[in-house]
Amino acid sequence: MIQVKISFQLNGDAVTAEVPDHTTLLEMLREEFELLGVKEGCGHGECGSCTVLVDQKSVNSCLMLAAYVNGRTVQTIEGLAGAQGRLDPLQEAFVKHGAVQCGFCTPGMIMSAKALLAENPNPSRDEIRWGMAGNLCRCTGYVKIVDAVESVCKGGCSCGEGS
Amino acid sequence: MAKVLEPKTGKPEFHTVGRRIPKLDALEKVQGKAAYIHDLKVPRMLYGKILWSEHAHARIRKIDTSRAEKLPGVKAVITGYNTPEIKTGFFKDNPVLKKDKVRQFRDEVAAVAAESEAIAEEAVRLIDVEYEPLPAVFDPVEAMAEGAPLIHEDKDSNILKLPWKLVCGDMDQGRSQADFIVEESYSMPWVTHCCMGSSGCMAEFHANGNLTVHSPTQIRYLAQRDFGDAMKALGLKGKRVQVVNTAIGGAFGSKLDTYPFEFITILLAYYTGRPVKLVFSREEEFFATPSRQKVDARISQGCKKDGHLTFREVEMVLDNGAYTSWGATTPSVMMMPISSLYKVPNIYYEAKCVYTNNIYATAMRGYGNPQATFAIESQIDTLAEQVGIDPLQFRMINVNTPGEITPQGFQIGSCGLKECLESVRESLDWDNKKGKQDGRGVGLGSLIHVGGGARIYKSDGCGTIIKLDDFAKVTVMSGATDMGQGSDTVIAQIVAEELGVEVDDVIVVMGNTDMETWDVGAHASRTTFVAGNSALFAARKAKEQILDLAAPLLQAAKEDLSIKEGNVFSRSNPEVSMQLARVLRALHFKTGGTQIVASHFYDPPTQMLDREMKGNFSVAYTYGVHGAEVEVDKETGHVEILKYVIAMDVGRAINTMLVEGQLEGGAAMGIGYSLMEELKADQGKILNPNFLDYKILTFPDMPDITSIIIETEDQFGPFGAKGIGEPPLVGSAPAIANAIYDATGKRVRSLPIIPEKLVAQEDE
Repeated sequence: MIQVKISFQLNGDAVTAEVPDHTTLLEMLREEFELLGVKEGCGHGECGSCTVLVDQKSVNSCLMLAAYVNGRTVQTIEGLAGAQGRLDPLQEAFVKHGAVQCGFCTPGMIMSAKALLAENPNPSRDEIRWGMAGNLCRCTGYVKIVDAVESVCKGGCSCGEGS
Repeated sequence: MAKVLEPKTGKPEFHTVGRRIPKLDALEKVQGKAAYIHDLKVPRMLYGKILWSEHAHARIRKIDTSRAEKLPGVKAVITGYNTPEIKTGFFKDNPVLKKDKVRQFRDEVAAVAAESEAIAEEAVRLIDVEYEPLPAVFDPVEAMAEGAPLIHEDKDSNILKLPWKLVCGDMDQGRSQADFIVEESYSMPWVTHCCMGSSGCMAEFHANGNLTVHSPTQIRYLAQRDFGDAMKALGLKGKRVQVVNTAIGGAFGSKLDTYPFEFITILLAYYTGRPVKLVFSREEEFFATPSRQKVDARISQGCKKDGHLTFREVEMVLDNGAYTSWGATTPSVMMMPISSLYKVPNIYYEAKCVYTNNIYATAMRGYGNPQATFAIESQIDTLAEQVGIDPLQFRMINVNTPGEITPQGFQIGSCGLKECLESVRESLDWDNKKGKQDGRGVGLGSLIHVGGGARIYKSDGCGTIIKLDDFAKVTVMSGATDMGQGSDTVIAQIVAEELGVEVDDVIVVMGNTDMETWDVGAHASRTTFVAGNSALFAARKAKEQILDLAAPLLQAAKEDLSIKEGNVFSRSNPEVSMQLARVLRALHFKTGGTQIVASHFYDPPTQMLDREMKGNFSVAYTYGVHGAEVEVDKETGHVEILKYVIAMDVGRAINTMLVEGQLEGGAAMGIGYSLMEELKADQGKILNPNFLDYKILTFPDMPDITSIIIETEDQFGPFGAKGIGEPPLVGSAPAIANAIYDATGKRVRSLPIIPEKLVAQEDE
């Protein structure tokens, strides 16, 4: 087993970790950094629950080796809310629009939406659906999640603020 | 934030009931702070792992655990041979660790506890098991035949001894009165819950021998009883069991029973003396979690020329799989749409549940109702066509109405089925769109479900304890369970409404058997109704106490006092008023002072079904109608849902946004059941244990949903509410199948309606 040393930006902080080379980003985030908001729903890149941002792009952290993020920037759900718990507009919108039920898929959903809005700040409902197609939810039927994301791009939650 | 609904004419004005109040724990969940079983970690915790069977049916010749035991980091290896026998399932036919023989690929043969998950996985691979394969049977009809391999050798047949038969009226008369009769066969596949958070639990013994189990169960108190039985087997009779809910990553009925893995975790914790956590991988979640069973149904119905139904006859064979869980009791719910969706005087229903070497059947949202309703509501369309009556009109002719007592003995109170049908007619533009068969079509499926609890156990009760602190903050300790559906929020709203405080002033504590009073569990769409009534009556008692004690303080008559916006005031003279918090402190901080605590245990006034399967087993019944407009591609068989509408008689929406959430989420599961979901097996082995091969709806598959909420104000419901957890998926399959028929002229009688069935030449 080879240990690898990784230095990267995590939720705004410069961090380092030393992990076995086969460690996934998901494992490292949950086990080394105790970022338990990163959820493992399947471990095979099928459900999107473990979505995080690497250099602003959404990735399934279960499919990416931890070593890959060396020198890069990683953002998880824990890094989204600002100081004094000020929520990201997407988080506010998910709460307000009833887009959360059991909540297991929610962190991954929000991170996917974050990446989508970074690329396309004003997506249509269909663009939201296709942009988030890799995230599964079994509770909500997705409708209220689309509502929530749409409200942010319509400026319903003061678009552009937050992190 | 949430907007107060405009009070409708003649209806009481509520300050919190009806509002779109966000789910109380949503703030935590959007920040990734909710702790699911996967996130739980305590000092010295070990990881459990199960060795599953390699055969569908085989004798266990030998289990050699020596190599696993020697692996560094392994703390215990257990089998059926070195642990006391513990059996689960309501027939106690499921040993938690299999001895002598396995009956399915999902069978638990051995288990380990180790310092890490990786070591536990490695240890499981090092266990050597010698099997002697036995002839297996996977088709319930074959399993019923003479000479079929017996799944349980201590039983004389694979047919479970269960009382699933309902006879009402006179079938001969019903048949002879019919001018039109349709007889068909329908089949429904194995499907599974697909909770995003997989199953798991953590067990921990305390120094005094008591046990705590952390679990996302839907049935804390029934689990407490079952785990208590396991304690007896371990020689710990009389010790306490505490069941604590973690955040629940979806349930949908999958966590309505206790399963071998939970007892295995308890055993591992007992033998190691350390906390042990066992969590399923996604693959295990697919093949080892019991599921909604395959059903084959033969159904016939007859009606007169004017459309009135004269009889309905349904016979079913249910694949029970290898062991009993609640799946074998779903016929008790299937009887409900058969007997009480429409007025039909003569009824015959019989269901056989059959052991096979397949995975086994448990509860899943709808509890048999989706299967039965698919057959009934598809066939209603066929019958209506034969008679020459529009299918919506045909349903109107036979519709149930308030005050009806159905042949099964259900006393129908509130019933908005007519209004639901009318709403769907209007929403789908039914009269203009129906009957063109031009590649586009509309269809509907009506439904009935229990909406006021269900007396399945001797108690259908739920307890609530309410206390108010010195600052008028309210704590509600409820036996109810929140799996994401929003019972926490609904209970807070009900209490806030009754006590005249804001929802923000209420916290709801649930999920710890040491802290609250008993509840039978989150099933049968009962939580808003039963836990809601329990909370309402407890709040009423607390309010009575407050007003009693406040009367002398305000020098007013108790009957004249009320609480609103956190103030106790005189209705006749609103100038006489005192902050509730001040009232509470005045009552508390004095010699002989007191604090306000109230409790209530609510058990609905219902009957258990009698030997003939008759009786009023719910106080209220929820009715609804699903409607779909589809477009079918003739070349590929692809079905596009253009519009999807659910009209639901919810009694009253305590929280409109959460009701919509149930309707939309239920529809997604129902559309998946209709068009794509199926657990496929080859000789008992699940072939698609992952989200790539087992399809659930994704974002682009899901249409927007038109939710029509009909409020009939049930006289027994809390503020008139009825339960709506399950109905949102019950009517999906017939609505879609009927729309496909309207679009193409093709009648598909087996689920899921995959494109292959629509491009095939013959009707399926």
